Amino acid sequence: MLQQIEGSKAVAETIAACMPDVVCAYPISPQTHIVEALDELTRLGKIGNCQFVNVESEFSAMSVAIGASATGARTYTATASQGLLFMVEPVYNASGLGLPIVMTVANRAIGSPINIWNDQSDSMSQRDSGWIQLYAQDNQSAADLHILAFRLAEELSLPVMVCMDGFILTHAMEEIDVADIDLVQKYLPKFAPRQVLDPQDPVSIGAMVGPEAFTEVKYLGHFKQLKALEIIPELSEQFEEVFGRPAAGPDDYKGLVTKYHLEDAEVVLVALGSVLGTIKDAVDEHRKNGIKVGAMGITSFRPFPLDEVRKSLKHAQKIVVVERAFAPGVGGIVSSNIRTALSAIDIKINTVVAGLGGRPITLKSISELVDKALYGSLPEFSFMDLDVELVERELERNLLTRRSGPMAENLLKDLGTR
Amino acid sequence: MSTPLKFYQVGSFAVGNRLLGDEQLSVQSRSDRTNSLTSGHRACQGCGEALGARYVMDAAMAATDGKVIAVNATGCLEVFSTPYPETSWRLPWMHSLFGNAAPVATGVAFALKAQGRSDIRVVAQGGDGGTVDIGFGPLSGMFERNDDVLYVCYDNEAYMNTGVQRSGATPPAARTNTTHAVGENPGASFTQGKNLPKIAMAHGIPYVATASVSDLHDLEEKVTKAMSMHGARYLHVLVPCPLGWGTRSEETIKLARLATESGLFPVYEAEDGVVTATKKIRKQVPVDEYLQIQKRFSHLFGPKGNPELVKAIQEIANRNIAEFDLLGEAQ
Amino acid sequence: MFQIRIHGRGGQGVVTAAELLSVAAFLDKQHAQAFPSFGSERTGAPVVSFCRISENPIRLREPVLEPDAILIQDPTLLHSIDVFSGAKSDGYMIINTTKSFAELGIDEFVSSRPANRNFIVPASDIALKHVGRPMPNAALLGGFAAATQKVTLASVVAAIEDRFPAKIAAGNVAAATEAYEFVINELKEVTNVATN
Repeated sequence: MLQQIEGSKAVAETIAACMPDVVCAYPISPQTHIVEALDELTRLGKIGNCQFVNVESEFSAMSVAIGASATGARTYTATASQGLLFMVEPVYNASGLGLPIVMTVANRAIGSPINIWNDQSDSMSQRDSGWIQLYAQDNQSAADLHILAFRLAEELSLPVMVCMDGFILTHAMEEIDVADIDLVQKYLPKFAPRQVLDPQDPVSIGAMVGPEAFTEVKYLGHFKQLKALEIIPELSEQFEEVFGRPAAGPDDYKGLVTKYHLEDAEVVLVALGSVLGTIKDAVDEHRKNGIKVGAMGITSFRPFPLDEVRKSLKHAQKIVVVERAFAPGVGGIVSSNIRTALSAIDIKINTVVAGLGGRPITLKSISELVDKALYGSLPEFSFMDLDVELVERELERNLLTRRSGPMAENLLKDLGTR
Repeated sequence: MSTPLKFYQVGSFAVGNRLLGDEQLSVQSRSDRTNSLTSGHRACQGCGEALGARYVMDAAMAATDGKVIAVNATGCLEVFSTPYPETSWRLPWMHSLFGNAAPVATGVAFALKAQGRSDIRVVAQGGDGGTVDIGFGPLSGMFERNDDVLYVCYDNEAYMNTGVQRSGATPPAARTNTTHAVGENPGASFTQGKNLPKIAMAHGIPYVATASVSDLHDLEEKVTKAMSMHGARYLHVLVPCPLGWGTRSEETIKLARLATESGLFPVYEAEDGVVTATKKIRKQVPVDEYLQIQKRFSHLFGPKGNPELVKAIQEIANRNIAEFDLLGEAQ
Repeated sequence: MFQIRIHGRGGQGVVTAAELLSVAAFLDKQHAQAFPSFGSERTGAPVVSFCRISENPIRLREPVLEPDAILIQDPTLLHSIDVFSGAKSDGYMIINTTKSFAELGIDEFVSSRPANRNFIVPASDIALKHVGRPMPNAALLGGFAAATQKVTLASVVAAIEDRFPAKIAAGNVAAATEAYEFVINELKEVTNVATN
C-alpha cells in the first residue's frame, strides 16, 4: 500500500512481510528505527513465530544469525558503521559458510573521529567479505531490494547486504509502497536450505580446510558471486512482474545498474545510493542547457557487473565517479572497479570523494562538478567542498610544533574561532 | 558380591563399571552409547579434553534421545575432531569462530524455537581460551538472556591449540610460552583469576557445575541433569593436557584427581546462583603432590625452587577448601 | 517544489512536525519528503527538520538551503542561530510567539518582505490550552496551512489523527484548527490594511 512512511519503518515492514524466523540485532545509529519496529512487529505476532533476539554486541548479532541460518531459519539482522566493523569476523564467516543471511547496512561513517552521519565507508570496507552488496537509491528500492535479497541469498546460499544511506534514507519520510505480504509470498518461496543442522541427518559444518581444498572453496564463493550476475536480472524481472515496479527503483537496468540519459551522454556521473537522486536533478538541469550529461548508478556493487558497466560507459567521453568513501593512500574504490570494467578503453575517469561523515552533497556542488568535468579543470582525484584553509592551518601547525596536539580537536578549534 | 577392596585397587576410588548394577552403569559403558565423538580423531595421547567431550556428548545424547546439535568454538577439540574429509562427530555439529560458540548456539536454539522443535537441544563447547577470554562477552550475553543452551568449557588452563600460551584460566606460577619461568616472578602472575563458574553463578542462571575427568560418573550425571533443565546452563570441566602441562600421558586422570583432592579445583553444583552440592575431598593432599609432577611448575621445586610460591598456591587451595567446605568440617 | 525548514529545540516535536506536514501533503495527493537534520541532539538543543512538497516525485537529497517557508518553534533561537539563513525574499516565516516582530528585534527582516508572508502564532499558548503542554508543532502546522495554502487543514488534521492516540490527537487537532483560524484572521487584517 502506498503510504507516507519513514524509510526505516518501510524496511521493517517489508522484512516482516518476508516472514523471517529469527531477527537478531544490536542497536546502532542509524539502524535503530528498523530493529525497534521489528521488535514491536514480532511482539504483536505480525511475523508468525519469529524470534527477536536482543544481543550484547554486533559480533554476537552476526553469530546468532549464523547459528540460526545453519539451523534452517530465515534470518535477518541490521547494522551500521562501527557495528559492522565489530562483526567483521563473523561477517566473513557467514559468507565462507555460505549462509543466506540478509542484513541491512544503514550506511554511516567510520571513526575516528567518531561521527554518526552518513557515508559509505562501512559497507565499502566489507566489499571483499564475500557478501553480495546491493545499494538502494531511494527508500522504495531500499524496502524492495530486501525482498529480492532474501530470494537471491536463498537461491545461491550466500549472504546479502542491502546498503541504504543512513539518516538520508533511514530517517526520511516519503511515499513508499510497502510490499503486500501476499505478493511477497508469491515472489519469495519458503526457505529450503542447502545445509542444515539436523539430528535426523547429522553433518559437520565449519571444518578446517587445508591447502588441498581451500582455493576451491574460495573459488566457489567467487563463482556464486558471478552466478549472481545472471540471477539478479532474472529475479529483477520476476520482481517487476509480481510487484509492478523494479526492485532497484527508477531507471533500473536488470537490477545491476541504473541508467539515466546514458544513450548520448558525453559526461557520465557514476554513484551508489541516495546521491543518485540529486545527481539526476543535476543531469536534468544541464540537459535543459543542451549539455549531454548522464548518470549511472551501481545497484549491485558485489558482484560488480563489469560487462554492464563497460557497455553503459564505453561511449562516454568523461566519467566522474562520486564516491562516499575512499581508499586512503590510493584513491577511489568504486573508480578502480570502473577502471577494471573499462580496461583497454581510453576514457578519462575522475574520482570525487563527497559526502563524508554527513557533509551534504548539494545540487550546486554536483552541477559545478559537471562544469569542471566539461572544461577539464577537474583533478583526477579530489574531495568535494574540501575546506583547504582548515587543512593547511593544521599542516602548518604540524611543521611548527612537534607536539601539535590532537588533529580533529585542532580543526574544530580553528572552525570555532573563524 | 565382590570384596570392597577391589574398589580401591588402582588407588583411584573409582568403581569399576562391571561391579555396578544396570541403573548405575555409566552411559559410556553401555553398548548403545552413541559414540558422538568417535574414534580416529587426532587428539594427543592422554588428552583430557577428548575424554571429557566424549563423555559429555554421549551423556547429552542419551538424555535427549539422540537429539542434540553441537556448536564448537575454535580450539584443540575443533581441530583434532574435524580434519576434513574425516569428522569424528556423529551428531549435527557446527564450528564458526573462536569467540562465538555461545551466540551461534543461541541462534540454533532460537531457530529451533521458531520452528517449534522443542525436542532438539543445543550444546555449545569450547576450551578455556574460547570461554573465559575471547568468548567471554558473548557467553555472558547468553547467560543474561537465559538462552536455552548448555555451554561446556573444557578447561586445560592455557591456549594449547596455538602452542601453550597463557589464558585467563592459567593458574598462578604456571609456565607457558608467554609466561616464561624466568626472572623475578617466574611463570603466570598471581592475580584474582577469572573464575567462570562463579561468574556464571552471578548471572543467576538455572544450573552451574564444575566437574573433572577424574570422576566421569559425576560428569555424566551433571550433563544428564543439565539436559533435564532449560535455560542457560554452564558446565566447567577440568581437562589436563599432557602437552601443555608437561605431564605423562597416562597420568591425566591422576592429575585431574589431585587437582580436586588438593582443593585447587573444587567440584560443585549450583542452581539459580546458589551452591547446592559440593564434592568432598576424601583425603586432602598437599598441593606439592599435584604440582611436582607437572613440568609447567618444575621451577618451583628442586635446589633453585621457590617454596614461597608453592606456599602461596597452597593458600589458594586452603581458601577453596574453606569456601566450599570441601573437607566437610562445617557444622 | 516548495521547501520548508523548521527550527526548534529537542523535545518540541520538530522532526514530528516535518513528518506530519509531509503526511498532510501526501494526503493532498502531492509528493513530499520529510527528514531531520540528522543530529545527536539532546533535549533542549537546537534542532532543524526539513520538508519538501512537490507535484512531481522528489529525488533531491540535500538539506533545505533556500527555504520557501521557515517555521520557528522557539523564538529564543533567533539570538543563537541564523534561522533566516538562505531565506527567500518572498518566502514565508511563521514564528511561535506572543510578542511583536519589533519586540523580537526582527522587524527589519520582516519589513523587507511582503506583509502577507510573515506571521505570528501564539502556538505554545494555544497548545497549552488544548493539549495541556506547550508543544507548538501542531499549532504551527495549522498556521502554516492557513498562511501558505500548500496543504489543507483537513489533511493536517488527518495526519495528526493518524499519528497520535485519540485523546492527544484531539487536543492537537484543536490547536491546529485554532492556529489556522488565527492566521486566517491575520491575513484578513493584512489584506484590510493593504486595501485601506
